[in-house]
Amino acid sequence: MSTKEKINVPVMADLFARGEKPEYLFWVGCAGAFDDRYKKVTRAFAKILNHMNVSYAVLGTEESCTGDPARRAGNEMLFQMQALANIEVLNCYEVQMILTICPHCYNIFKNEYPDLGGQYETINYLEFLKEEIDKGTLKIDSDIFKNNTITYHDPCYLGRANGIYAAPRKVLDSIPSKKVEMARNKSFALCCGAGGAQMFKEAEKGDKEVFIERTEDVLKTNADIIATACPFCMTMMSDGLKYKNKEEEIKNLDIAELIAESLNL
Amino acid sequence: MSEQLIFIAALIITLGVFTYTVIRLASFFRLTRPLPVKNIDKRIGVMMKVAIGQTKIFRFPVIGLLHALVFWGFCVILIGSIEMVIDGITGTEHALKFLGSVYDIIMASGDIFAVIIAAAIIVFLVRRFFLHVRRFSGIEMTHKSHRDANFALTLILLLMLTLLGMNIGYVAGHPGGYEGVYPASKAIVTLFSLSTSDFTHSLYKINWWAHILTIFFFANYLPYSKHFHVFMSVPNVFLSRLEPLGKLPNMDSITEEVRSMLDPETAYAESPAGEEEQIERFGVLDIEDINWKNYLDSLACTQCGRCTSVCPANITGKKLSPRKIIMNVRERMNEKGPGLVKNGKEYTDNKSLIRDYITEEELWACTTCNACAQECPININHPTLIVEMRRYLVMEEAAAPGELNAIFTNIENNGAPWQFSPEDRLLWTEK
Repeated sequence: MSTKEKINVPVMADLFARGEKPEYLFWVGCAGAFDDRYKKVTRAFAKILNHMNVSYAVLGTEESCTGDPARRAGNEMLFQMQALANIEVLNCYEVQMILTICPHCYNIFKNEYPDLGGQYETINYLEFLKEEIDKGTLKIDSDIFKNNTITYHDPCYLGRANGIYAAPRKVLDSIPSKKVEMARNKSFALCCGAGGAQMFKEAEKGDKEVFIERTEDVLKTNADIIATACPFCMTMMSDGLKYKNKEEEIKNLDIAELIAESLNL
Repeated sequence: MSEQLIFIAALIITLGVFTYTVIRLASFFRLTRPLPVKNIDKRIGVMMKVAIGQTKIFRFPVIGLLHALVFWGFCVILIGSIEMVIDGITGTEHALKFLGSVYDIIMASGDIFAVIIAAAIIVFLVRRFFLHVRRFSGIEMTHKSHRDANFALTLILLLMLTLLGMNIGYVAGHPGGYEGVYPASKAIVTLFSLSTSDFTHSLYKINWWAHILTIFFFANYLPYSKHFHVFMSVPNVFLSRLEPLGKLPNMDSITEEVRSMLDPETAYAESPAGEEEQIERFGVLDIEDINWKNYLDSLACTQCGRCTSVCPANITGKKLSPRKIIMNVRERMNEKGPGLVKNGKEYTDNKSLIRDYITEEELWACTTCNACAQECPININHPTLIVEMRRYLVMEEAAAPGELNAIFTNIENNGAPWQFSPEDRLLWTEK
């Protein structure tokens, strides 16, 4: 996958100026825009969208934090200031459908913005990809992962928080490869340790880091790819693999990257 | 006749003590904050599935099945207990026999369930005494909690043994025919070739009285025990949150404030005169800040520890234990509730739920992963309460850990938890 070339990504303000309205708003999220590792995931998904000629746009410089870490850390005031400002921008562009990769952004648009007057149809990228695979509009015929064993780590905010367990597995099933489940999976899955604003602080004193406990679950499966679907899980599982000196043997890839690579994008 | 009088006296004492308990609990509930209850039809569905169907307890399949059998058995046996109360008051014998074959089915399943429940309770007691079940330990599991658990289990065992004793005495005492069907008791009568005698007659009488008096005692013991869940679980499931686990409740009081800040018309306007309502504390510091559902959760919790056993923070040795948070709510209400009821809202004992019961370290260890809420067999929601306490710490005391204050500043200044300029939000398209 080449990572150098610039990807052509439509920006909402430009489309609006031309009097166009895209079908989806692709909400990139802060990690998607700023985290060096996770930017590759954003790029992968944007390439998939372009490959499928999806009508979408991003907010670009007009995007701002949804307020999730603030709300979960107890700063309701800051959360609501972010939310109300974001809702104003979204409503100004008459956004109806929001496409997210980050499960935390997804959860907040789907479940929490409606309380503040932000009513949108929110779709997680895995639901979106599953839909396209089911419809036959997204076909994967590469077998570059056919010798790999993939295990999927459920992000809390897709799984328990919103009951999305089948879509990610369905998407992974479209990639020819071996699949294996960790002992704790789906609603039993162990958190990576980064939710609820933990991502941004040191953990409290304990015997062990949560991400190490979860990485050990991965190691027990003998998988050589961890498929993640959340920027925080990506960071934590990568740290876990480094801690266990396994980053050479086991790759940590987002499902969007697996799809993009399979499509040779 | 004299038996009837004794029975009625015992019943009146039972109901009297129970009424006292209900009045006491109601006065505690009145101290808590309101929370609207909507969607009754949906709630009935959840109750049928999670409470009656026991779906969540089956997430631990083996022990879950034993629990489900005990629960379903209790439901059947309850009908027999109601009949005993009618018999006791009116002096009849088997007042519900007019139900015919339905009666036979109820009695037969109650008789069989008594054996199953007794066996399950013995398994539970053996586990508690001889096996090390990790979720039965933890800092919140004091000697008192264990004693409470063992005592309640012993009472249930006694209830089942007396029920069987009663049935055996009844079957053996009526060789010519009797009301209802009692397969398990009949088998025992046949096995030991029991025939009608003074022994079988007193066996019946003694067990009848022992059974009903144990029920009366049990009913009044429960509200002061963790086993209050026998009464509170079904209502707790019925009244549980229906929203997805990921959703946190909105603070409408904050919304008003933020909207008026953002709206230039009202931002500098003086607040309307005469409307100086008492400003409610943000979040939860102490017991009067919780809502009634938080308190109900604490009464319904039976300390099974499934929540704590799946908590990522607890698994990795942090102090947080979701079960402890719920237990602390009940303990704190027991401590401060009476003073608040007696002296009014201003009452203080110079203690609070946060710090004297729950440390900040516990609260900041939560990842809001919702594994605890997912696991709770009776739909207790721990994370919302934890976030409510964080809301107090952050908005009333500005007492967040330093790293979190840093991300608050970043979000405020540049709209991202990290220090990046919004101008750079499209750089990912380039490299």
